Amino acid sequence: MKKVEVIIKPFKLEELKEGLSSLGIQGMTVSEVKGFGRQKGHSEIYRGAEYSVDFVPKVKVEIVVQADMVDKVIEATLTHAKTGKIGDGKIFVYPLETARRIRTGEQGKDAI
Amino acid sequence: MKTRMKNLIYFTIGALVTIPMMAWGAEEAPTIAGNAEAIATVQTHADYLWTLIAAALVFFMQAGFAMVEAGFTRAKNAVNILMKNLMDFSMGSIAFWAVGFGLMFGATGTGWFGTSGFFLSDFSPGGDPWVLAFWMFQAVFCATAATIVSGAMAERTKFVGYLVYSALLSAIIYPVFGSWAWGSLFNGNGWLENLGFIDFAGSTVVHSVGGWVALAGAIVLGPRIGKYTKDGRIKPIPGHNLPLAALGVFILWLGWFGFNPGSTTAANKDIAMIFVNTNLAAAAGAILAMTTAWMKFQKPDAGMSLNGALAGLVAITSPCATVTPLSAVIIGSAAGVLVVLSVLFFDRIKVDDPVGAISVHGVCGAWGTFAAGIFNIGGTSAKIIGVQLLGIGSCFVWAFGTGIIMFKLIDKTMGLRVTAEEEVEGLDYGEHRASAYPDFQISSPVWAPPAPQGHGAEKAQVLSEAIRPASEPAV
Repeated sequence: MKKVEVIIKPFKLEELKEGLSSLGIQGMTVSEVKGFGRQKGHSEIYRGAEYSVDFVPKVKVEIVVQADMVDKVIEATLTHAKTGKIGDGKIFVYPLETARRIRTGEQGKDAI
Repeated sequence: MKTRMKNLIYFTIGALVTIPMMAWGAEEAPTIAGNAEAIATVQTHADYLWTLIAAALVFFMQAGFAMVEAGFTRAKNAVNILMKNLMDFSMGSIAFWAVGFGLMFGATGTGWFGTSGFFLSDFSPGGDPWVLAFWMFQAVFCATAATIVSGAMAERTKFVGYLVYSALLSAIIYPVFGSWAWGSLFNGNGWLENLGFIDFAGSTVVHSVGGWVALAGAIVLGPRIGKYTKDGRIKPIPGHNLPLAALGVFILWLGWFGFNPGSTTAANKDIAMIFVNTNLAAAAGAILAMTTAWMKFQKPDAGMSLNGALAGLVAITSPCATVTPLSAVIIGSAAGVLVVLSVLFFDRIKVDDPVGAISVHGVCGAWGTFAAGIFNIGGTSAKIIGVQLLGIGSCFVWAFGTGIIMFKLIDKTMGLRVTAEEEVEGLDYGEHRASAYPDFQISSPVWAPPAPQGHGAEKAQVLSEAIRPASEPAV
């Protein structure tokens, strides 16, 4: 099993979710994060004092899949989360040791 | 005898007895004197009604101040801001009842402070209740002055110190100056009003007193940690809820329709022009503040525009009954420009005022009082302007002077400012062991001014500076 961690622009979440569902992916975890890569932030003004907002709001999606699904997930993400403008995000793939379903105790493939 | 006959006889006897009795107890015909008395009673009742409705509107301004201050400060200090606002009204009410009202409106031999009417001794059950209505109206004015200060001293003031300040301002600082300008509205007689000082609803008596005491507090406290860097840059500490701040401004605007027109303490046609002047000044202030900020920062700034509306309201408070609506527009407009420049000025001299209270209330209160001399409907003169300036100056000396003394005393005895750790963690935890938003994770990001272009090392320097406190607390 692998964990695919995807960091995308927040407004792309709905489209990515649809794309992953059509692959048969049945679950994912989403969190609101901030970050920057080569996309710089911007500056704002508050009562006459200028300040930099370096961290840009993003959404992180974590999906656990069987190893043979990873390429399909990456393809789907590259298709659905892309805008072509700077700041589209990143995909990271991690090996996963164990997965358990808490309600039933199932493990491995049956847990995801 | 048949029953019907008996009933008819009883009825006739009853009618013959009752009708003359009714005529004997009937009222006399109306007279001119009787009518005049009745009309005067209705007018008196209307005066009570208007004064107390206006007092309720001014009371509601406390909610306005609370929301403005909560909105312009950080979430980790929200509970503390609300407690300060709740308490400066509550403690202020009691202090003004016990001591303040007597100092402000009591009989006076000197013209500098009153010496009667403490604990509302002018009232006894069954007596004339006008003193109660008048007290209620004046109490909410006192509370307005008191609550101005909490904004300038936000996010770093010890709660206990603030409680002591609330009592002292409402008991002594506000009423003494008030007696100079308004004492004769009741039993008193002030030296300043005897010179012809114009301050109809209190640009100086209420707002400048609050503003200059706020200045004293902000100076004695020192700026918030991280506000100013050692190399002179100003770091913004954005408020956590602009919608709350805006709501607060609208509530204040509404309350001002009690503050200004209510100062007639009489139900008559004068209130119409006062209403109009109040609204026009607020609107003009908002527009000109927005324009000034737009020209300076290339964008219409919400916070500054909101301050502009308040600046217009504060400025028109003194002249509202004695200037034309056109003058009100001019006065409000000037206040809108003035408040933006003033906010920037105080930041440049490193007086940290999280909500702009000093600029809105102190500076624009002075401007409004001055404008009352210039735009006076009855005409202006050097003497009139001179008296206005005298009032503005004596208010500054009194309020700022006693403010500095009071805050330094509080600082020496119980401490005025919280510790650095408590300030960084947030006063909600340190002072109240509470959280305003327990359902949400609050993170207070530290903002850095934009780094010079293209120098990575310098940028790292700026960011690390952002985490280290820029100035030590003034304890």
